[in-house]
Amino acid sequence: MTGSLLFTTMEEDREFDLEDYTGAVARWCPGCGDHAVLTAVQRLLESEQLAPEQTMFVSGIGCASRFPHYLHTYGFHGIHGRALPVATGIKLHRPDLRVFVVMGDGDCCSIGAAHWIHAIRYNVDMVALMLDNQVYGLTKNQTSPTSPKGYPSNTQPQGAYLPPLNPLSVTLGVTNASFVAQTADWVPAHLFATLQAAYRHRGFSFVRVLQRCPQYTVEIFQQAVRDPSKVELLVHPNGIVVPELDQLYQRKTPHDPSDLDTARRLADDEGAFRLGLFYRNPTLPRYEETRRPTTIAADQRVALLNAELDRYAL
Amino acid sequence: MEPTTITLPEHTLEVVSDAGEGAQKCGQIFGTVCARMGNGIWTVEIIPAEIQPPPRTLGSASGNRIRVGTQPVTNWGDATNLVVAFNEQVLLARHRLDALAPDAVILIENMWASHPDETVRQAWETAMAELGTRSYRVIGVPMEEQCLSVTDEPRLGKNMFVLGMLIHLYSRDLDLARQLVVHQFRKKSQEVRDTNVALLELGHRWAGENLAFRLEVPASKPERAMVVMNGNQALALGAVAAGMELCAMYPITPATSVSHYLGAIFEKFGGVVHQAEDEIAACGVAIGASYAGKVAFTVTSGPGLALKTEFIGLAGMTEIPLVVMDVQRGGPSTGLPTKVEQSDLLAAVFGQPGDTPKIVLAPATIEECFHSPTTARRLAEAFRCPVIILSDANLATGQQPFPRPTLDVRWQAPPIDLGPAPEGVRPYEWDPASGLSHRFLPGQPGGMHTVTGLSHDEASKVAHTPDVHQRGSAMRSRKLAVFQQMLAPPSVYGPPSGDLLIVGWGSTKGAIEEAVDRARREGLAASSLHLRFLSPLEPGLSEIFGRFGKVITVEINYSDEPDDPFITEENRRRGQLCWLLRAQTLVDVDCWTRVPGEPLRPGRILQAIRASVGQRNGEKTR
Ligand SMILES: Cc1ncc(C[n+]2csc(CCOP(=O)(O)OP(=O)(O)O)c2C)c(N)n1
Repeated sequence: MTGSLLFTTMEEDREFDLEDYTGAVARWCPGCGDHAVLTAVQRLLESEQLAPEQTMFVSGIGCASRFPHYLHTYGFHGIHGRALPVATGIKLHRPDLRVFVVMGDGDCCSIGAAHWIHAIRYNVDMVALMLDNQVYGLTKNQTSPTSPKGYPSNTQPQGAYLPPLNPLSVTLGVTNASFVAQTADWVPAHLFATLQAAYRHRGFSFVRVLQRCPQYTVEIFQQAVRDPSKVELLVHPNGIVVPELDQLYQRKTPHDPSDLDTARRLADDEGAFRLGLFYRNPTLPRYEETRRPTTIAADQRVALLNAELDRYAL
Repeated sequence: MEPTTITLPEHTLEVVSDAGEGAQKCGQIFGTVCARMGNGIWTVEIIPAEIQPPPRTLGSASGNRIRVGTQPVTNWGDATNLVVAFNEQVLLARHRLDALAPDAVILIENMWASHPDETVRQAWETAMAELGTRSYRVIGVPMEEQCLSVTDEPRLGKNMFVLGMLIHLYSRDLDLARQLVVHQFRKKSQEVRDTNVALLELGHRWAGENLAFRLEVPASKPERAMVVMNGNQALALGAVAAGMELCAMYPITPATSVSHYLGAIFEKFGGVVHQAEDEIAACGVAIGASYAGKVAFTVTSGPGLALKTEFIGLAGMTEIPLVVMDVQRGGPSTGLPTKVEQSDLLAAVFGQPGDTPKIVLAPATIEECFHSPTTARRLAEAFRCPVIILSDANLATGQQPFPRPTLDVRWQAPPIDLGPAPEGVRPYEWDPASGLSHRFLPGQPGGMHTVTGLSHDEASKVAHTPDVHQRGSAMRSRKLAVFQQMLAPPSVYGPPSGDLLIVGWGSTKGAIEEAVDRARREGLAASSLHLRFLSPLEPGLSEIFGRFGKVITVEINYSDEPDDPFITEENRRRGQLCWLLRAQTLVDVDCWTRVPGEPLRPGRILQAIRASVGQRNGEKTR
């Protein structure tokens, strides 16, 4: 009894343009990488012609998690770190909805880390965007698990004490990882192509978006923004294919996204800003399909329950 | 010699063994035989803290305690009248817990007295000496020796021998017992079934030849069709009856078995048990599913309720229907994982930072456990708020017959239709007369908006202005007031006025009412009142309280004793319902609470009533 069946005819007649997806005016700082991601997402929705009511953005708390408000789809702006369980619940009931999850690095890799690990394993069909500015933005400059060692924040003014957690390595290390990619807010063509591949993948698509924070972490990304030679593209016909970037980005590593071992090796090596598709496996089981219940009519449920009560009868 | 048969209105017996020796099975089957014959019963599991505790130790006692009556039995009663023990250590454990009546009959495996190992013999001697300080009547039973005539593994067969013995002793139907034993081993080989039936018959014969007495608790066949189950089975089946489709949970005693019962059958009903990575996620999945239009709940115990706190607040703020079952155990922290307590009341009502109006209800019987998911679901959907069901370990594992529920197909109705959102209606367009607004579901054309846990206006837009937050808070609170006005005042058990009113909630109802009955037979003017709704509180309480000289709550949670060191009227920490009632009614409600890790005994409550009425009468004459 899900909605999509009821409304297919309406969808067929409709055509959506960018306006149809536009929500409130984004209130991120000027220069924030989140704006670029929002633009790319809106383009994706338009190019895939997703019906706004069939599209769902779920987020946690943080600057990045403001995302759903700026779209005219269904949105769920929940609590810090817990977007993934909510999205999983939604998908369990409405696998027909197109679900996107937007998280910050604190959201995903710190407070929500347990959910992140398990969401990878559930492999529910959704796109999970981790907007990684390597700092806690909303709460004003605290160290994130992904902050580079030595990064001075308000909680660790002497510089971050620990080496950063590597979200790609972690994701690739989890059983059932089915789609792992990295892109950057300042390479819009790559960002868009990555989102499109993630959306088209059936399974849990984890995308880490390197995202500039104009307030706190500009420096971290500045080198790579200015100097394309700091960026390395993973290239392959089955990967993220962006011909218009061929000229600009000379450093390229051919990588077959079905090769998990190499994906892990490339993810572990943090020598470059590596953009592209690390791994994709569309054959892995998806939890919402494994657990898809059959619909049982109300009177039949009552009959079955009566039979069950017989077992307890005196 | 024909044994003398003693007829009794009720009797409490227990079977205790080392964990793994099957005393629980034996007790369960015995209870079922009694229930089938038409007796009232209340059974309680005796559970060791560890899965495989070392045998013959105080910690290894495992078994089942059955209170059998001619009338329906509403609680576990006081002390045990008859114990069958497989060794003296588990018996000693029960003795030290003060579980046995001073004149209890003890039937005990006597092989330990002449055991080849001297330390065992010594342990037996020491234990028997300690037990000898009471006037128990001890009867040695050569269980192992007898069983060896039927099986090479007497340790595994003793429980059926004991069952046979009890069937004879309590003048029960041997045929019925035989059927149940065969059913119990239906998945095993014919040989296993035959052996167990032979053991049953052997025990029966042995008792006939060796015991000089028989007991009879007459049964009366009830007119109505009855079922017998424990509270967690009732919650699980009740969830199905309520039309629930998703149970999101993380294992925690004593709540887990709800999901076990459900897991075994739910898929047939098109349901899903989702075992999440933790309680937080379980709550999030339930909220996500409910937001999407599924009928979902989450089930947990105290520590898990604590973890769900923030999400429950989110459900309140976003007005997403959410049913949370909390099968309470002893706390704080890991506390007493397998034992009963009623310590989550205030956490349930007030647990969220910020104001989260919600409905909290507490079933008082196993039958009410069955119906509580239906009530909770309807209220959660009607008022779009969190609804918490507070059950506890006593209800969870206690077994009690009750009239077979009549199911209603309307309980299965889907929550809401998926038609397009009504035009021009905003997501939180609260009706000031009810606090209610229209529920939107994702997928509905025309209804796109973002729900948010931030303070929001009628259009679900984040707003930090003072009037918006004031109004949103008022609207969420108003729903509760509207619901409270729909409730009827609770009825008083016993005369509507008197010297003392006991107020209880949850699983203590049977014990409280039994104590009140006994008090009245002693001439004390005591009545009781049992609350089903703890948030909002049921109406009319101040008026009812005013008709009694004194009001006290009886609860299984901690309160300071008035005469404890340092305790004054001002600093005394009271029972949890007591706090609520004092705050709500401004009546000087007192409390009598205990945290023994076991259900309250009616006899103890009676003592508290006597003390309380006596104190009051003392005050009156002074
Ligand atoms: C339970 C809880 N703990 C802490 C916070 C405070 N908090 C809000 S957002 C945030 C971190 C934001 O960082 P990140 O997730 O990286 O997102 P960003 O703002 O950088 O996009 C924190 C600690 C909260 N809202 N809830």
